[in-house]
Amino acid sequence: MLHSKTFVKKTRGGKVNKQVREHYLRDDIYCGAPICKLCDSSAARLSPSASTILLLDTNVVLNQIDLLENPAIDDVVMLSVVLDEVKNKNMGVYNRVRALCSNSLRRFFVFANEHHKDTFVKEMAKESKNDRNDRAIRVAAQWYQSHLGGAARVLLITNDKENKRKAIAEGISAETIESYVKSLDRPDLLDLVVQPSSEDVEMEEVEDLRPSKRKVIYTEHKPMSEITSGLHRGIYHQGKLRVNRYNPFEAYVGSESIGDEIIIYGRTNMNRAFDGDVVAVELLPQDQWHEEKSLSIADEEDEEEDVHLVPSSADDAPRTTNLVQGSSGDTNAVSSRPSGRVVGIIKRNWHSYCGSLEPMPMPAGSGGTAHALFVSKDRRIPKIRIHTRQLENLLNKRIIVAVDSWDRLSRYPSGHYVRTIGEIGDRDTESEVVLIENDINSRPFSSQVLACLPPLPWSVSSEDLANPIRQDLRDLRVFSVDPPGCKDIDDALHCTALPSGNFEVGVHIADVTNFVHPGSPLDDEASQRGTSVYLVERRIDMLPKPLTEDICSLRSDVERLAFSVIWELTPEADIISTRYTKSVIKSCAALSYIEAQARMDDSRLMDPLTTDLRNMNVLAKKMRSRRIERGALTLASAEVKFQIDTETHDPLDIGMYQIREANQMVEEFMLAANVSVADKILKHFSLCSLLRRHPSPTREMLEPLLRTAAAVGLNLDVSSSKALAESLDRAVGDDPYFNKLIRILATRCMTQAVYFCSGDLSPPEYHHYGLAAPLYTHFTSPIRRYADVIVHRLLAASLGIYKLPSIFQDRPQLTSIADNLNYRHRNAQMASRASVELHTLIYFKKRPTDTEARVVKIRSNGFIVFVPKYGIEGPVYLTARSEKGGGEWFVDEQQQKIKKMDGSASYSVLQTVRIHMEVVEPQPNRPKLQLTLT
Amino acid sequence: MEFVSLEGFRLDGRRPMEMRQIRAEIGAVAKADGSAVFEMGNTKVIAAVYGPREVQNRTQQINDQALVRCEYSMANFSTGDRMRKPKGDRRSTEISLVIRQTMEACILTHLMPRSQIDIFVQVLQADGGTRSACINAATLALADAGIPMRDLVTSCSSGYLNSTPLLDLNYVEDSAGGPDVTVGFLPKLDKVTLLQMDSKLPIDIFENVMQLAIEGCKAIANYIREIMLENTKQLEYRRGI
Repeated sequence: MLHSKTFVKKTRGGKVNKQVREHYLRDDIYCGAPICKLCDSSAARLSPSASTILLLDTNVVLNQIDLLENPAIDDVVMLSVVLDEVKNKNMGVYNRVRALCSNSLRRFFVFANEHHKDTFVKEMAKESKNDRNDRAIRVAAQWYQSHLGGAARVLLITNDKENKRKAIAEGISAETIESYVKSLDRPDLLDLVVQPSSEDVEMEEVEDLRPSKRKVIYTEHKPMSEITSGLHRGIYHQGKLRVNRYNPFEAYVGSESIGDEIIIYGRTNMNRAFDGDVVAVELLPQDQWHEEKSLSIADEEDEEEDVHLVPSSADDAPRTTNLVQGSSGDTNAVSSRPSGRVVGIIKRNWHSYCGSLEPMPMPAGSGGTAHALFVSKDRRIPKIRIHTRQLENLLNKRIIVAVDSWDRLSRYPSGHYVRTIGEIGDRDTESEVVLIENDINSRPFSSQVLACLPPLPWSVSSEDLANPIRQDLRDLRVFSVDPPGCKDIDDALHCTALPSGNFEVGVHIADVTNFVHPGSPLDDEASQRGTSVYLVERRIDMLPKPLTEDICSLRSDVERLAFSVIWELTPEADIISTRYTKSVIKSCAALSYIEAQARMDDSRLMDPLTTDLRNMNVLAKKMRSRRIERGALTLASAEVKFQIDTETHDPLDIGMYQIREANQMVEEFMLAANVSVADKILKHFSLCSLLRRHPSPTREMLEPLLRTAAAVGLNLDVSSSKALAESLDRAVGDDPYFNKLIRILATRCMTQAVYFCSGDLSPPEYHHYGLAAPLYTHFTSPIRRYADVIVHRLLAASLGIYKLPSIFQDRPQLTSIADNLNYRHRNAQMASRASVELHTLIYFKKRPTDTEARVVKIRSNGFIVFVPKYGIEGPVYLTARSEKGGGEWFVDEQQQKIKKMDGSASYSVLQTVRIHMEVVEPQPNRPKLQLTLT
Repeated sequence: MEFVSLEGFRLDGRRPMEMRQIRAEIGAVAKADGSAVFEMGNTKVIAAVYGPREVQNRTQQINDQALVRCEYSMANFSTGDRMRKPKGDRRSTEISLVIRQTMEACILTHLMPRSQIDIFVQVLQADGGTRSACINAATLALADAGIPMRDLVTSCSSGYLNSTPLLDLNYVEDSAGGPDVTVGFLPKLDKVTLLQMDSKLPIDIFENVMQLAIEGCKAIANYIREIMLENTKQLEYRRGI
């Protein structure tokens, strides 16, 4: 079976050294066609009735992946040489091809041609790698042709002219992707075909190419070799380009080589780079660093800020640099931040984008192809040119478009249509867009996943009760406190007064790991989803509904399995002992925060449950004050809550989310449980625990807060979290909302807390800044967060109940899980924010409102206000955009004030103003909320 | 990194349970009492055995059994980068010891009291699994020297990458940092005489991986037996029997 032909391969890894690898060629690789009589067809994937078998070349796979995903393309043989090339060029496409190959509904077969004795080709002298691979593809096609005889037509699809010519010369039938799709007679598919980039077309068609005919808009990208040497010599800097979410003409490149962010102004300087691309940047001469923003973008699209939700951390907040340039004429303002321009793109981050077409008149000859401009919902993405044959269908639809190329002659990149989501403005469509934009999987669970669920109706079995690892806590008075209408109850509490005067307090968490076993399809799916996503009108579960709402949910009056943390606390709320156990509980009441609060406040109620609540509240207050003493921050957020019409799902009312003592009480015990569990798991598994850390904000990040505070005469001490907490406490202004406002401003300066694997960092870095805790993890919500599921497994293993799943041995994998969780977590937050923004828009569409707002930031042509009642933030313009830099207003940076030249009006930061809110639609299909002074 | 593709092929085209091609040759060093060359894919090892002979250093002499000594070294040209391989470094001392102990366990030392057996192994070309190849070469060389043994000790390594047990790791797979189990095995007695592992493995997976290595050892034993039979036939033929 082993054919031994060894061959020599040279690889370069920094330095040149010769490497010898064995390469075994085999005769037991089968063709995958069930009609074949020679091969073992047990693993065949192609259809038995296939008349044509397609072989694709690498560039076809790379460019036409959207087309390949269409079920019309089937019976494809993927050669391993093509897969390898795709993998090296674009990991995203590779993963999609792999998904196709493993999808049992599609007929894609992977043929390991590199290991087959008849299809392996040796590199010839003076043959480039690409030529060799092309030849390998042709050899494989030829092998298939002779192997299958006349049973099926083998068609090589390649867009490379040379390759096609050679193939036909060798007697292989070959076609380009366009002609193949045309032969299928499916006009809708033609839209999916990526057109070759216009530069190529021109090269082919117009030989007397006159450069003067088309204006060159962008400078050419430097070749890779020049970039590498430039990076070495330090004249170029490498980094990931991040486009400002609120101003698409401004981007940042975080560069390690100069240890600072390089600002890039304007599309010309960005030189066709997209958000997320890894680029090489050249610094501009220092005298151009303070390039006036308005100048660089004057000739391009309009730029302005949207009304949006109040950011919850520094990562969400709009980035503002020193753009308040003195229009009063001060010339000494040289920005200290380096700016630069992109000279080359090292790695593209192109994927597909959601949006709509820019309205345009129907072209005269309908039915033919039309060019249209696609406007992405994500403002960071430029408009994209597409070809379409179904313009009339697409004009009022939300569609997905993928980018293919961007040559330097065209202002916009070109792309192709992928699929339609639905009507613009339709709430379901827009929600779908929110989900797609944030990469959230909202598909129903697959049958394999659902097969992992225990049979319904489920109840605690006698085996569970008899299990020695499970303690019977059904006689305890356990209750849960959650938001009203909560169906996925994952935590419950109990509090018993002990004869000694101490209290026994227990936190009982749904025992999700009893149902979600490591390595099962259910577990894989949950690990992929990472978290449940809460939109205004719906919830996208991490676990299937029967688990989320029934089997795991700790509902009242039913027996449920739980994982419990039980402390003995002194009346002073000192922890004397902690124990962890799996348990069976029976909750006696599922309270809402309002109910719990009402019970505590109602002095006539003396029932045991209310007494428990009051005891816990007393303990929680003590724990809380101790935590604050240690330096935990109490940050405020402006969460809003919608009242949704049950019939139409339209928002009826918005209001701030009210935080009660009961919320704080539950939160306190959840924090304590998380901290206790973090201690325990880290003690047992110091290298593979999943923890959560919150890095301290840098001084630079706190700068906006300090500036604002200084302007209102407030001195904040930010040397430590404790100092900050204390100075926040002291920040009491003349009006009651002042303190909360300062806290909200502080919140947005913080970084986000992140999950990490304890082996990847050193213990001092484990610190959680916001909670002032040296260790923290997530344990208390396993129904809606996968991190908690992992922590449950770690805790169970540390108690010796279960073995640690093998995944914990593999640190890189654990790290990648933590990264995925952070990514999903962040996306889930972004999606909920986007959903709230969407509903805010729907709400105000019918109800233009006047309300009170606070100025939070001064800009050169207006200021940004925060509307406390609705938790939103947005710009108020004092000067119309047309009269840019009209010298009527000037900004006092020190005092954070904007004044009229004649002194008749002035606005300063944190001042209260009355504003009018109304939905306008300046650009079609982009309705937005406009704020004006009343 | 992907060490096993979804189609079930390793980087060099083997399936997970397949060994590299092995080749053995008896009698490569004429001067020695017994010698052999053993190849596993691109790993190539030469072994020479001297003895049983008089103990060179009298103080080391053991009165009731033979003294077994072993020296392992790597040729300067055995790896691609032309580094000087210092003799007696940590790694080669350790491998020398491992080989000595493994061979001692199968040589019937009590039959040769007050004598010494020297085993020299040198790696001519290294591509992973040198330890195993050395033990296999030493076994053949000992047999060639006619030294009485309990059984033919053979060795093979196995690993666990991409959640798949892999037999006979080559250099690329070996340097992936995953678990690497080397087993020395007495096939007739069905006994394990050497067991080493780098990195960690859960116990149930470890058993599978070790079992795979044992299967590898059995296959090598069959091959070695064939080679020896062939060699004996040749000797027979030359003596004209």
